[in-house]
Order: sequence, then structure tokens, then C-alpha cells
Amino acid sequence: MPVEIEENIKTKSGNLRTEEMILNMGPQHPSTHGVLRLELQLEGEVITKVIPHIGYLHRCFEKHAEAMTYPQVIPYTDRIDYLASMGNEFGYAVAVEKLLGIEIPERVEYIRVIMAELQRIASHLVALGTYGADIGAFTPFLFCFRDREKILNLFEITCGARLLYNYIWVGGLSHDLHPDFVRLAKEFTSYFKPKIKELNDLLSYNRIFTERTANVGILPVETAINFGVTGPMLRGSGLKWDLRKNDPYSVYNKFDFDIPVGQGLMGTVGDSWDRYFVRVLEMSESLKIIEQALEQLPEGDVTSAIPKRVKPPVGQVYARIENPRGELGYFIISNGTPNPFRVKVRGPSFVNLGVMDELCRGHMVADIITILGSVDIVLGEVDR
Amino acid sequence: MIYDFFLKLFGNDVLAMLVSSLIPLFILVLPFTLVAVWLERKVSAHMQDRLGPMRVGWHGWLQTIADLIKLIQKEDIVATDNDKPLFNLAPILVFAGSYAAFAVIPLSSIFIGSNIDLGIFFIIGISGLVVAGILMAGWSSNNKYSLLGAMRSAAQIVSYEIPTILVVLTMVMITGTMNLRTLSEMQTGYFWNWMIFGGPDFGVAKFIFIPLMIAGFIIIYISTLAEVNRTPFDIPEAESELVSGYHTEYSGMKFAMFFLAEYANMFAVSVVVVALFLGGYQSPFGYLGNLFNAHWLIPIEQFFWFVAKGVFFVFVQMWLRWTLPRLRVDQLMALCWKYLIPIAFVNLLIVGIITVL
Repeated sequence: MPVEIEENIKTKSGNLRTEEMILNMGPQHPSTHGVLRLELQLEGEVITKVIPHIGYLHRCFEKHAEAMTYPQVIPYTDRIDYLASMGNEFGYAVAVEKLLGIEIPERVEYIRVIMAELQRIASHLVALGTYGADIGAFTPFLFCFRDREKILNLFEITCGARLLYNYIWVGGLSHDLHPDFVRLAKEFTSYFKPKIKELNDLLSYNRIFTERTANVGILPVETAINFGVTGPMLRGSGLKWDLRKNDPYSVYNKFDFDIPVGQGLMGTVGDSWDRYFVRVLEMSESLKIIEQALEQLPEGDVTSAIPKRVKPPVGQVYARIENPRGELGYFIISNGTPNPFRVKVRGPSFVNLGVMDELCRGHMVADIITILGSVDIVLGEVDR
Repeated sequence: MIYDFFLKLFGNDVLAMLVSSLIPLFILVLPFTLVAVWLERKVSAHMQDRLGPMRVGWHGWLQTIADLIKLIQKEDIVATDNDKPLFNLAPILVFAGSYAAFAVIPLSSIFIGSNIDLGIFFIIGISGLVVAGILMAGWSSNNKYSLLGAMRSAAQIVSYEIPTILVVLTMVMITGTMNLRTLSEMQTGYFWNWMIFGGPDFGVAKFIFIPLMIAGFIIIYISTLAEVNRTPFDIPEAESELVSGYHTEYSGMKFAMFFLAEYANMFAVSVVVVALFLGGYQSPFGYLGNLFNAHWLIPIEQFFWFVAKGVFFVFVQMWLRWTLPRLRVDQLMALCWKYLIPIAFVNLLIVGIITVL
């Protein structure tokens, strides 16, 4: 709960003037999840203001994209949110296909969904693991990375890369699935289900963990909407908003899954624990989608619809998908040449980071870490 | 007694005292810290599906020594704005404070560094040096993170000393001694003579004492965890918040001194708890030396039991560290002042009434 601050300490000999301390957290700090610099104004250990300073990882993605042809941009999209590369490619491919107006084979859509959902689990595992590590529980962090390793192995047999894939192309995929992929993916889903329970036992319901996260950094749903917050953060505040249901793209409308929302089980709706737990629940929903997609996976050629030359007509398009961190949108303007005139990315981490000051005010220094971890930013996406 | 042996050898009581106090340091504490650092890495690794250090020696058991050699070679960085005298003194104080405690801890019935009557009192007093050292380190580093860590640490250690002292006071009331050797000797025989099982006297009082003693044991164990800054109370060095707290600015051997002091401290509080509640160096099942009529064997067995019990509690500390998250500083204080201290007081009161009756 936020703490009230005494402006002046009254003593017998008059008022004792107190001074605010300014503490720089980052860019080299173990818990800012990258090169984020937070300027904290402190009254003792209580925070009066948080100013995030960004830009330490700026790599000119948007400007760079203007010098590339449409397919050449894809490897750069990998590097936006490097923990959810499949999602970034997926969003870009959806945007360009919308601009081109081409039809995609069923098999391609199914494989894309499988990859995006596996990526969602992998990304949430990093988020949950590092969140535990931020709060001082180091073991769940390594347990999460052990499981994420299995997903990365699946990606590796699919496209050879473990982090930056260049797998989802405009109109198709770079390769078809490995012959063993379906078997291995099924093995993974049956392996992973009990691991979610393990994570819950070890971390989610741990008394110290709930004490640290419940009622900390409460984000009311109105504030969340006003700041444009999306993804697990918005759902943690109790709003059932997921683009996979609310604005279905690809073949998501063919699967049966739920949208978990924060219910305030441990404290108030929209606190850090809710944001954490929404991610845990989303992992099992993703598993459901993967299982259904593996069952229904149609046959077909995954490269047949790839256009020889991507040269969209003059126009503009905005396409959005639900990335692990929220709504990832691509706004592309085409001037009829093989290069995009403008590619604008709406990165969920960047937008979600904006609400930091609102969340942190009145909390203690230790809570900054809790709140920042529950926002789950990837600096590659904040700075692009 | 080791002290008498040296007194005969040197004929000088000061020299004999000095040598007999230094022996535990060299035969037990220094080797133990080296092993404990390795053990910590192995325990954490095996809890996390990893192997831990494997390269240096069998299963990496020489890793700590390799690390120490590395740390000795490192440059000793002192920043321009550091308060140099305090900065240099701080690790020495912390190191001395945690090692000095071993001078009065009986390692076996004939082996105690300094058999003074105020043993437990001395330990509580000398561990105050650690707080001073930590505060000095935090202040002299001229680093906001270090300062925050040091302030938290001082607040934490000072607060948690109160429940510790209250439980120690309870024990002193029951046993009537502060000498750790006498305390351990009282708990001789089998494990039901240990203080946690009500002490050596049979009777109604013993069975009334058992729940009170268990409560006291839990309180003192939790508070000692906090006093040595271990998870879930490792707030002073909370890596994710304060980088590494009061020793952020230290490098090389000075850092190693903080590091080794931490592990020595872990062992010290474990054996103090063991000496108070779990019979100290006493075996739980009688001695092989008595069985085979070889009385020279008994002190060696006692030493074994002492180390075994101490290492077990150090292991529990590691186990907790790698399982639990960390509390926040206000929650930590709430735990101490709202729960531990009142319970310890009530415990003290009940034990006092029973002792008077």
C-alpha cells in the first residue's frame, strides 16, 4: 500500500528541512531488464517520482526498414522484441499480406499459430522467471529457463535458430516443419503441463511472494485504458481484452481457449500478483491452442504463396497482433516501390512503460523492482 | 584442556590464551568457510538442475581456493571520494567480529578457545562489531546503494538482536550459566537431555518446557537468519535492488573478507543455536569411546558431532536461501517487532514463572 510522506519533520526548535534524494537506477543495474535508466526521487525509501530514461538500445529499426525491401525487413523485426521474435515476424507478415491482399494456405496459418503460441510460453517463462529472481527467488528462474530451453530446441529443429528466427515470411514460411516436429511438440506439451503446477507451488502461492507482490503497484482498469496499456497488464487489471478473441487474425477463431483476467485473488484487482498470475494462466491457454493446432494441422505447401517480388500498391495499412507483452501493431505506408515508405511499430513494452510513474508513486525502492518486473518490458522493443 | 596444555608448554598464560584461541580459527573456521562456499554453489546447483563447479578438483572442490587466489591478485580499487580510513577498516571489523565469536564456542569437551564464563554474552557483544563494520562500509563507500544497504542492514541486525537476546535470556534463566561449555556439558547423555527436549532434569517441568523450548528454538533460528543477512532476510545485499548492498564498492581481498565473514557468521550462528538447544558437541546416542573403553576417542567424536550439527544448520540456511523469495524491509521489521519479540517475551515470562516455582 502506498505510504504517506511527511513534508517537514517538526521538532521543538522548529521545522527540520528534509531533502529528496535522487537515485539513478540503471542503465547498468541487474533488475532493470536491460539498459533502462530510472531516475528515482526518494523521500527516505519512499518514491515520489519515477522518470524512465530510454534510448540506450536504440537501433533505428524504423529508419532502417525504409532502406530495405519488404522481405528484408523480417530479420530486423526479430530484433524488436527479442524474446518474442516469432510474434514480431508474424505481425509484420500479417501487415504486409494485408497490404498485398494475398491469401495464405491453411497449413501456413496453423504453423504460424503454433510458433506464436510456443513463443508466448517461452516469453512468459522468461518474464515469470526473472520476476521471481527480482524478488529474490533464484531457483524458479532456472526452472523456467530449463523449460524454455525445450521450446528453443523445437525452434531450432524448425529453422536452425534459437532466438532470431527469420522463419515467418511474407506469404509463407521459410521451411516446412521438421518431420519429427509434431511428435516433439506433443511431447513438450505433456511435459510442460505439470511444470506449471510446479511453478505455482514454488512461487505463485508462496507466502513471501504474495506478500511482496499483492497490493503493490495497483493499476485500475481506467488508468490502464487511458495509458493505452495492453496485454497481460491490461488483463491483470480485469479487462477481458485479447486481440486473438476481440479482433481475430490468422486462424485463432478456430480454437477453443479462454482469456484469463486478474481477479485479485491475493489482494486488489490489478496488483502485481494479478499481472504475474495472468501470465501463468496464459501459458496453459497457449498449451490448449498448441494441442488443438497440432491435432488439426492440415497438409499443404508452405512456400507456394510466397510472392516472387513484393511490390504492394500505393496505400497504408495497420495490422495488430497479440504479442506476449500486448498489442504489437505495424503501420506500413507503401508508395508502390519494393521498399516500404514508412514502417511504424507500436511496441507494447514502450506503451506499458509509460504507466510506471503512476504505479510506483508512494511505494518503496524494493517495490520498483516488483512493479517493473510485472510490467515485463523488453528494452529492444522500447527503444527499437 | 587445550589451554592448560599450552600453559604448561609456554609457561605464559597470555601466550597460551592467544594460541589456544587461534587454533579454532585455523583448524575449523577458515577451512570451513572454504568448504561452505563450495557447498553453497553445489547445493544451489543441484536444487536448480545444474552441476555447479566441476572443473577444479573432484567435483570442483578446489574452486573456492582458486577464486580466493584470483581475488588476491585483483586490484584493490579505492575510489577518490571514498573515506579511506573507514573504507579500509570496515572489512577488518566485519571479519574480526564474525571470527571472534569462535573463541568462546566449545568445539569439544576439551577444546575451547577461551573458556570464559560470559561466553554467550561475549558472542552477542562481539557481533555488534559486524554492524559497525557494515555501517562504516556503507558510509565510506560514498555510494547511495551502499548507504541504503548499510542502513537497512544496521536496522535489521539491531532489531533482530532483541528476539535473539530474549531467547538467550530464557536459556540463561533455565540453566543458570552463560558459559557455553557448561551449557553443553549439562546436555550430555542422550538426545532427550538436549534443551530443546526440556533439558536434563526429569520431571513435570521437562514436559512443560518442551513446547516453550521449540518456540524459542524457532524464534532464535529465524532471528539468526536475519542477523547473518540470509534469504529470506537478505535485504541489505538484495542483489536485484541494491546491486550488492554495502560491499558494492569493494574489490579484491577486501571483498573476499566480507564474503568469508558472511560464511563464518553463518556457521557461528548455527553452532550457537546448536550449543543452546541441541546439545552442542554432545552426541545424541552416547559415544563409541565409552563402548570400547577408549576415552581418547570421545573428544574426536564430539568434534565430529559439533561440525555435523553446525553444517546441517548451515545446509538448512542454504536450502532456505535457494527456495524462498526475499521480504521487503518493512515486512521484515513487522515480522520482528509484531511477532517474534512479543512471542519471545511471553516465552520468557512463562519460563521465568516455571523456574521460580
